[in-house]
Amino acid sequence: MPAVSKGDGMRGLAVFISDIRNCKSKEAEIKRINKELANIRSKFKGDKALDGYSKKKYVCKLLFIFLLGHDIDFGHMEAVNLLSSNKYTEKQIGYLFISVLVNSNSELIRLINNAIKNDLSSRNPTFMCLALHCIANVGSREMAEAFAGEIPRILVAGDTMDSVKQSAALCLLRLYKTSPDLVLMGEWTSRVVHLLNDQHMGVVTAAISLITCLSQKNPDEFKTCVSLAVSRLSRIVSSASTDLQDYTYYFVPAPWLSCKLLRLLQCYPPPEDGAVKGRLVECLETILNKAQEPPKSKKVQHSNAKNAILFEAISLIIHYDSEPNLLVRACNQLGQFLQHRETNLRYLALESMCTLASSEFSHEAVKTHIETVINALKTERDVSVRQRAADLLYAMCDRSNAKQIVAEMLSYLETADYSIREEMVLKVAILAEKYAVDYSWYVDTILNLIRIAGDYVSEEVWYRVIQIVINRDDVQGYAAKTVFEALQAPACHENMVKVGGYILGEFGNLIAGDPRSSPLVQFNLLHSKFHLCSVPTRALLLSAYIKFINLFPETKSTIQEVLRSDSQIRNSDVELQQRAVEYLKLSSIASTDVLATVLEEMPPFPERESSILAKLKKKKGPGAVSVNELEEGKREGGELNGGGGERGGDNSTIAASNASTPSPSADLLGLRTGPQVSAAPPSAGSLLVDVFSEAGVNDDGFLRDLEPPTESSDSLLAEGPGDSDSAPPSAVSEDAAPPLPESNELLNKFVCKNNGVLFENQLLQIGIKSEYRQNLGRMYLFYGNKTSVQFVTFTTTVSCPGELQSQLNVQAKPVEPLIEGGAQVQQVINIECLGDFCEAPLLNIKFRYGGALQNLSLKLPVTINKFFQPTEMASHDFFQRWKQLSQPQQEAQKIFKASHAMDTEVIKAKLLGLGMALLENVDPNPENFVCAGVIQTKAQQVGSLLRLEPNAQAQMYRLTLRSSKDTVSKRLCELLAEQF
Amino acid sequence: MIGGLFIYNHKGEVLISRVYRDDIGRNAVDAFRVNVIHARQQVRSPVTNIARTSFFHVKRSNIWLAAVTKQNVNAAMVFEFLYKMCDVMTAYFGKISEENIKNNFVLIYELLDEILDFGYPQNSETGALKTFITQQGIKSQTKEEQSQITSQVTGQIGWRREGIKYRRNELFLDVLESVNLLMSPQGQVLSAHVSGRVVMKSYLSGMPECKFGMNDKIVIDKQGKGGTTDDTGKSGKQSIAIDDCTFHQCVRLSKFDSERSISFIPPDGEYELMRYRTTKDIILPFRVIPLVREVGRTKLEVKVVIKSNFKPSLLAQKIEVRIPTPLNTSGVQVICMKGKAKYKASENAIVWKIKRMAGMKESQISAEIELLPTNDKKKWARPPISMNFEVPFAPSGLKVRYLKVFEPKLNYSDHDVIKWVRYIGRSGIYETRC
Repeated sequence: MPAVSKGDGMRGLAVFISDIRNCKSKEAEIKRINKELANIRSKFKGDKALDGYSKKKYVCKLLFIFLLGHDIDFGHMEAVNLLSSNKYTEKQIGYLFISVLVNSNSELIRLINNAIKNDLSSRNPTFMCLALHCIANVGSREMAEAFAGEIPRILVAGDTMDSVKQSAALCLLRLYKTSPDLVLMGEWTSRVVHLLNDQHMGVVTAAISLITCLSQKNPDEFKTCVSLAVSRLSRIVSSASTDLQDYTYYFVPAPWLSCKLLRLLQCYPPPEDGAVKGRLVECLETILNKAQEPPKSKKVQHSNAKNAILFEAISLIIHYDSEPNLLVRACNQLGQFLQHRETNLRYLALESMCTLASSEFSHEAVKTHIETVINALKTERDVSVRQRAADLLYAMCDRSNAKQIVAEMLSYLETADYSIREEMVLKVAILAEKYAVDYSWYVDTILNLIRIAGDYVSEEVWYRVIQIVINRDDVQGYAAKTVFEALQAPACHENMVKVGGYILGEFGNLIAGDPRSSPLVQFNLLHSKFHLCSVPTRALLLSAYIKFINLFPETKSTIQEVLRSDSQIRNSDVELQQRAVEYLKLSSIASTDVLATVLEEMPPFPERESSILAKLKKKKGPGAVSVNELEEGKREGGELNGGGGERGGDNSTIAASNASTPSPSADLLGLRTGPQVSAAPPSAGSLLVDVFSEAGVNDDGFLRDLEPPTESSDSLLAEGPGDSDSAPPSAVSEDAAPPLPESNELLNKFVCKNNGVLFENQLLQIGIKSEYRQNLGRMYLFYGNKTSVQFVTFTTTVSCPGELQSQLNVQAKPVEPLIEGGAQVQQVINIECLGDFCEAPLLNIKFRYGGALQNLSLKLPVTINKFFQPTEMASHDFFQRWKQLSQPQQEAQKIFKASHAMDTEVIKAKLLGLGMALLENVDPNPENFVCAGVIQTKAQQVGSLLRLEPNAQAQMYRLTLRSSKDTVSKRLCELLAEQF
Repeated sequence: MIGGLFIYNHKGEVLISRVYRDDIGRNAVDAFRVNVIHARQQVRSPVTNIARTSFFHVKRSNIWLAAVTKQNVNAAMVFEFLYKMCDVMTAYFGKISEENIKNNFVLIYELLDEILDFGYPQNSETGALKTFITQQGIKSQTKEEQSQITSQVTGQIGWRREGIKYRRNELFLDVLESVNLLMSPQGQVLSAHVSGRVVMKSYLSGMPECKFGMNDKIVIDKQGKGGTTDDTGKSGKQSIAIDDCTFHQCVRLSKFDSERSISFIPPDGEYELMRYRTTKDIILPFRVIPLVREVGRTKLEVKVVIKSNFKPSLLAQKIEVRIPTPLNTSGVQVICMKGKAKYKASENAIVWKIKRMAGMKESQISAEIELLPTNDKKKWARPPISMNFEVPFAPSGLKVRYLKVFEPKLNYSDHDVIKWVRYIGRSGIYETRC
């Protein structure tokens, strides 16, 4: 029961609340509330004025009813009246009601704002605090509009009480978070920063939250806070535990403030000033030293506070990543925590170590803890800790310890939790591939992997092992032998059968010499698994059988027998039936050499990013895969595949090599492969199997009729290992990455429009909005973070390569270095056109997502036509000018095929988007389009005329451009030819 | 099939928990409590699906009965069972309340064992159950008695045992109807229907064969066409169209389907012979004429007139008119000529009660409601005025024409049986919009 007996307690309220609590059912409660509401209504209605006490009591009751989940639609006026009371309790209830119940569009908002203003300007600190709390609690835009100017003044005024300052700082923080555009610090900035020097620790603690938030948005303006923060931190760190009296928490001086200071420092790069830096390093060292000291108290709060500071300090050290000494010490400290009996500490230590492992300074130091981490992986009781241990093992792995780590992870896999198995499998597969020195070890490892955790081995893993075996001549024999042995196990996983079928089908001949693995033995072994497998695996096995016929003619009759059996040739599954029929026919009709050509060994796969890595990245976010690993992965992959990139780059050659009758069938296949090959360069990773997709084979029934031999090779090839969703390759390196291959295409997209989405991948979306006037342009870029994790150190640079520098003046405003998850930031770029130009400026974007550096380059869609001024002119003017520009170099002409439908309206819209004036009734042929415009550059003006003649029958266009400058005509012609 | 049955009190505490099948885990009990009884929003659907488990519930006063299943059962069957379960419990210990359930929980488990076997409903006839599940301690039955019970329960006529004897053969027949109405302010009927029950109490000796006749339109028309029976003149003008009906299991459905005659061997004691519904030619016992006038933003004037619309010789009882008031009512003044009227703040309504009222009369109430101005722009939705009453006739027009009893083995005839017939019409949801 609430304190009824106290002088100020509201008896009526207490009785009401206890009534409600004693209600037996929901219905009874509603009845009681209805009764009370009616009572309050009649009281508020009453003509005689209520005294402050009863007003407060009824408002309280209303508030309680509201908090129980019922609607309250009256009493606001009474609450506002309470605000002007002089009694603290009445004022407090009034503010409470307002902050809970008032909605922003209420008519009362003016009255409320007035009352708040009165309180803010009163000298009574408690009233000021109440008002500030109310502003912060409501935190609406209206509140920000009304008070954003007032609060900074209170915050920095000399005569404000400390408690009010604290409230003001936090209130301002809240307003800043809801409507940052309204809170303009400007002149207050330096004075706010100097609050870090305030005598009162509470004020500092409150102010630092505000400063951290503000400095994330405008790091430059608040730069001075670094040295202040460092000196403050050093004062706290070096103080004895008794110095700070109220702010000492279980013998730790001001732990919250220390953590906040360290976090603030993480917003900035290491201080340049040597003295400041020295002081900071000293602080960090002291913190690390303190961790070594025996605890001053056995209480858990003491160690929590101490460790909080320590972990914050370590993350600052990792953030700076420049002090090898500190990094190693941090690592050792974390190493101690790895064996701590507190589970949370072990978790945090493992997590921090993961980031430490990616730093070059501390990688070695992290490696020394390998035994402990392996132990943690095996013995930890908490699955999330084990998960972190696995992450760390993955992060610390390099060539020297790969074998040990992979072996440990494999042995752990047998008992691992189901939730992390798939990820573990991927990690093992990647590590095995990346650090493989000899390929027999690699093959062993992966087969072991499939044996131990077959269910969790995703398609990508076994695709990858096959790719590698096919690309490496020296492992093929060993692989064939190993899978043969593995398949002899009485029960083996379907994935093993898939790998076995594929490899024996390709390289079974390499082990056929041994009588223990003669062709028939191999076949019988495979076929013994056939009936236990799913349809896709069976289909793969059928392909392996037909390959057997080619490899070992002596098995032909046996295999034909199998293919001919009812269970194959009349299988209810269309795919299996088709394969059986086709293979049977192929094996009986085709001559040996046709068979040999069609069923030739698979050519090496083109080099590309490991699909497993892509999958892991997708699964975990880039946090798990750091920069250098990725790079290394690429390099290693390249080695492993023996430079397959050059050899297997062109898909059409593969198609040709697989076709039985060279020229026509290559063409037939070429029809399908052609456009895809040209659209995606080999590095983009469109696999050859995608090209011969199942659908393609089935669609083109007539092709099959024409060319019986090729069809079966089609479906055979379709069985290749492939990943259907190859992720877009994200180039990652420290330097500016080369522009994306598709950036030219992107550029073309924006020739005729000014707004849209410039680029999008899994992490980032870049929107663009631009406007041009004469020779000036302004471009707004919107960077949207599509993930839930923040991007840090986000930087963009715009550069003009080569002679573009003298033709275009591009100025980019700095962009905020931090993008919160799901947030969007805007960058303004001012462009001035000095002379005519052909190239496009480059935009380079770098940021860290998780720990991984992302780096991408794009072309900014600034093209010469953006600076067009439309010119209207009559028909004879046009032709007069047209004739004037008759020198051959002034004209550029192109005849090209339409790549889009020839819709007049669409063409018109595009021409208008180009920026020229579209002239009607000028050309004698109404089908034709003519345009005129002047390109405005700072140096000169270039008049241009355009004529576009569509030919609907031939689906062709003739585009003619004449302008006073030859380069302009040429460039415009190039740009436009891509548009129609 | 029903996997389990739980009974909760109003707080959601489990009073009875009986699990019939293994697929229902212990956590099902909590799932229902959390998701239905303690749900944030009131759960209105009687069927709730939580994690592939279906919960069917009915509520009796403060008690929740929930049947649980993982299978795709016939929901109507489950509800029929739950209602039957309520009837059985009421027959054994009266009102279903927490107190009664706690006092009788051994009995309830015993009943649950009997009427539900592995989730399949069994004989739930109270009369039959009472012969072998009793509250008077353990009565050791003789072998003959046991075999008699067994043959009765498993036999063809499971609802009646042999060898019943009464000195006075008596029969009570109640026609209970509830009339539902929604009427527009102008007096137009928007929807109306009557749902009725014929409840019998029989104290008859032996194994009598009964035949029940009423003024069912189909039967009357058929007889009218034949033109041979002598009572055409009497009942020709008044016959009712029954929309649908269900019968007690004792009624021979084959005979009803072919001849539309209701013949049966009645159970002993009280039971519900049939249930029916009619929607045509309903006699509406009362007419409500509302008049609501808003005077400015702070005042509301309400006048309601009720007219009784039946024979002046009959008396309606327990009349209650409920006039909803706006949510921002701050004061009410009521004046009425007859009965008592009061503003009930806890229910947001003016309740006007009249004890008795004869047919073809009229009575009125007027009220002034003061309102508190609110900053809410929402207009008052004006919920309908509802009414409760009880009248001594059947609003559907149903009449019992005959109830014949034949007992060929014992020598008493139809004339020796004393028969009592009573009609009670009650209000269901009887509302008039204002």
